[in-house]
Amino acid sequence: MQAYQQQAEIVNTEKVTDDIYRFTVKAPDIAADSKPGQFVMVRAGEGLDPLLRRPFSIHQVAEGGLVQILIKVIGKGTQAIASLKLGRNMDVLGPLGRGFVHNTMQEHYLVGGGIGVAPLLFLARQLLKKNESSAIKVLLGARTKAEISTLADDFANMGLGVQTSTEDGSLGKQGLVTDLMAPLYSKNPVMVYACGPYPMLRAVAGVSRDRGWACQVSLETIMACGLGACLGCALLRADMNGYVHVCKDGPVFDADDVAWL
Amino acid sequence: MAVEQPDMKISIGSLRLRNPVMTASGTFGYGEEYGSLVNLHRLGAIIVKGISLLPRQGTPPPRIAETACGMLNAIGLENVGLESFLSEKLPFLQGINTPLIVNILGDTVQDYQQLAARLDEEEKVAALEVNISCPNVKQGGVAFGTDPGMAHAVTKGVRQHFSRPVIVKLSPNVTDITGIARAAEEAGADAVSLINTVLGMAIDIKSCQPKLANIFGGLSGPAIKPIGLRMVWQVAECVSIPIIGIGGITTTEDAIEYILAGACAVQVGTTNFINPRATEEIIQGIGAFLVENKMASIQDLIGRARQV
Repeated sequence: MQAYQQQAEIVNTEKVTDDIYRFTVKAPDIAADSKPGQFVMVRAGEGLDPLLRRPFSIHQVAEGGLVQILIKVIGKGTQAIASLKLGRNMDVLGPLGRGFVHNTMQEHYLVGGGIGVAPLLFLARQLLKKNESSAIKVLLGARTKAEISTLADDFANMGLGVQTSTEDGSLGKQGLVTDLMAPLYSKNPVMVYACGPYPMLRAVAGVSRDRGWACQVSLETIMACGLGACLGCALLRADMNGYVHVCKDGPVFDADDVAWL
Repeated sequence: MAVEQPDMKISIGSLRLRNPVMTASGTFGYGEEYGSLVNLHRLGAIIVKGISLLPRQGTPPPRIAETACGMLNAIGLENVGLESFLSEKLPFLQGINTPLIVNILGDTVQDYQQLAARLDEEEKVAALEVNISCPNVKQGGVAFGTDPGMAHAVTKGVRQHFSRPVIVKLSPNVTDITGIARAAEEAGADAVSLINTVLGMAIDIKSCQPKLANIFGGLSGPAIKPIGLRMVWQVAECVSIPIIGIGGITTTEDAIEYILAGACAVQVGTTNFINPRATEEIIQGIGAFLVENKMASIQDLIGRARQV
C-alpha cells in the first residue's frame, strides 16, 4: 500500500461547532490516492507530549490536491491539532487503511453519528458519480442540532435527501439514528455505510442484519502507527478467534466480520 | 573538492553493517509496512517483529495507552508464526539490500532452538535477536530474561543451532541487568541489545479501570531514554561484546548519546510510529555530526563518554 508523509499547508480552517473544526490542507499525493473511508494520521504538535499521531477519516478531497479532515477536540492531542494556524503545516501521513466498498448495491444508506459523519461526505460524492441521487439516503444522528446542522447542509447541497435525528429533539426526529432506519423500505438490495460511536454502530449493524441489508462500518480504536506495525488497534473477530486490526484490515469492515461486544 | 565521507560501518560478530541504525523489533512490522515511507535499502539493519514457532493471537484490547512522552503497550507478542513468516514475509525482505535480523521468542529453550535451526537455513537471515525480555507474556519471554541461569541456557541453545551472529535482547525490569548481560556473553552471544520496554501501567480515572486489558504494559518512547542510557553504560562496564542501544531514541542527539555511552549501534523503535523517516534522518545526522567534529569514523565516538 502506498502511503505518503506530507508537510501539508493549512489553506482553510472552519469552526463547525464549539468543539469541531474543519481543516483543509494541501496534500497532493494523499489527495490523489485517497478513497472514501480511508484515514490519515496527523502529528499532534511538534513536541514529544502528546507523542502519538491522531487518526482522522478523510472528510473530503478536492481539486488542487486538497484534503479535508474534521477534528473534534477531545483531549490534548486533538487540541494541539485544532490550534494549528492557517498557513502553517500539518504533518499528515496517509492515505491509510481500507475504505468503503461500493458497486453492486442499488440503494445506498449512509448512516452517520456525530463526528462519524466525516467520511460519509466523501463517500456520497463518489456514489453520486455512478448513482442517481434518489438511490442514496443520508441519515444523520447527533446529541443536539449544533453538532450536525452544518454537515447536514453539506449533504443537502449535493442534492441528497437528508434525514436527521437528535437526542434532544433540536433538529429532525427526536431519538436515535436507528429510529430513522426503521421506516425505510427497498425492493432492491441495500448497502448500509455507517460511521459513528461504537454503540450506534452496533445498533445499526443489528438493524441491518434484521432487515437483510449488507452493512459496512467504519470503526475507531486507539492506534499508534496506522501502518500495521504496532498491532495496537486489535478488535475481536466475529468468530471470537483472534483479532483484526483497525488500521490495516479496516477501518471499514463488513459488520459481519467483527464481534459486537 | 570531494567531501570526506565518515566511515559509518560497524561489525557485530561476523555481521557487517553499513551504518549503526536499525529498526527495533515490534515497531517496524516485517519491513513491508514502511516500504513506501522509508528507503529500506539505506538502513543499517531491519529487525522484524518477534517470531514464535506457532502464530500467536496476542492480548485482548485495549493494547496501547499514551502516557507523557511515551506509550504503554501490551500486544502479547502477536505474530504470524515461523511458517507464515518464511512463506509470506521473507520474500519481500529478500529483495531488500539490507541485513535482516529476526527477533525470536519461545516458551521453552527447545522452542528457541527449533526457531534458530530453521532460520539458520535461510541465508537472508543475517543474525538473530533473542527476545528474553517481553514483559507482557507469562511464560518464556521475560522469565528467561530475569534469571541469569535461564538467560544462559536460552543463549547457549540458540548459539548451538545458529551459525551467524546471535544478539540477546535484555529486559530493564531486573535488579541487576549486568548479571544477565554477562550470562549472555558467557553463553556465546555476539552482542546484547538493550533495553526492552519498562513495565508500567495507566488507569482511566473516568472508568476507574486500568487502561490496558492486560493491566500492565511496556513503556516505550522518549520517557525511557535516561533508563536505557544508564543501563547501556552499566553493561558496557562489564561485557566486551558489542552493545546495541535501545530506548526512546527520537533524534540524532539521542542516538549519539547511546553511542557515547558505549553502544556500537542503536535501534529506533516507538519513534517509527510518529516519524517514519526517523531512521533515515538519524543515519544522516550521525554522519553530519562526525564531519562536523572532524571524526573519520563512528569508531571514534563509541564509548567516548567513558574515557577519562
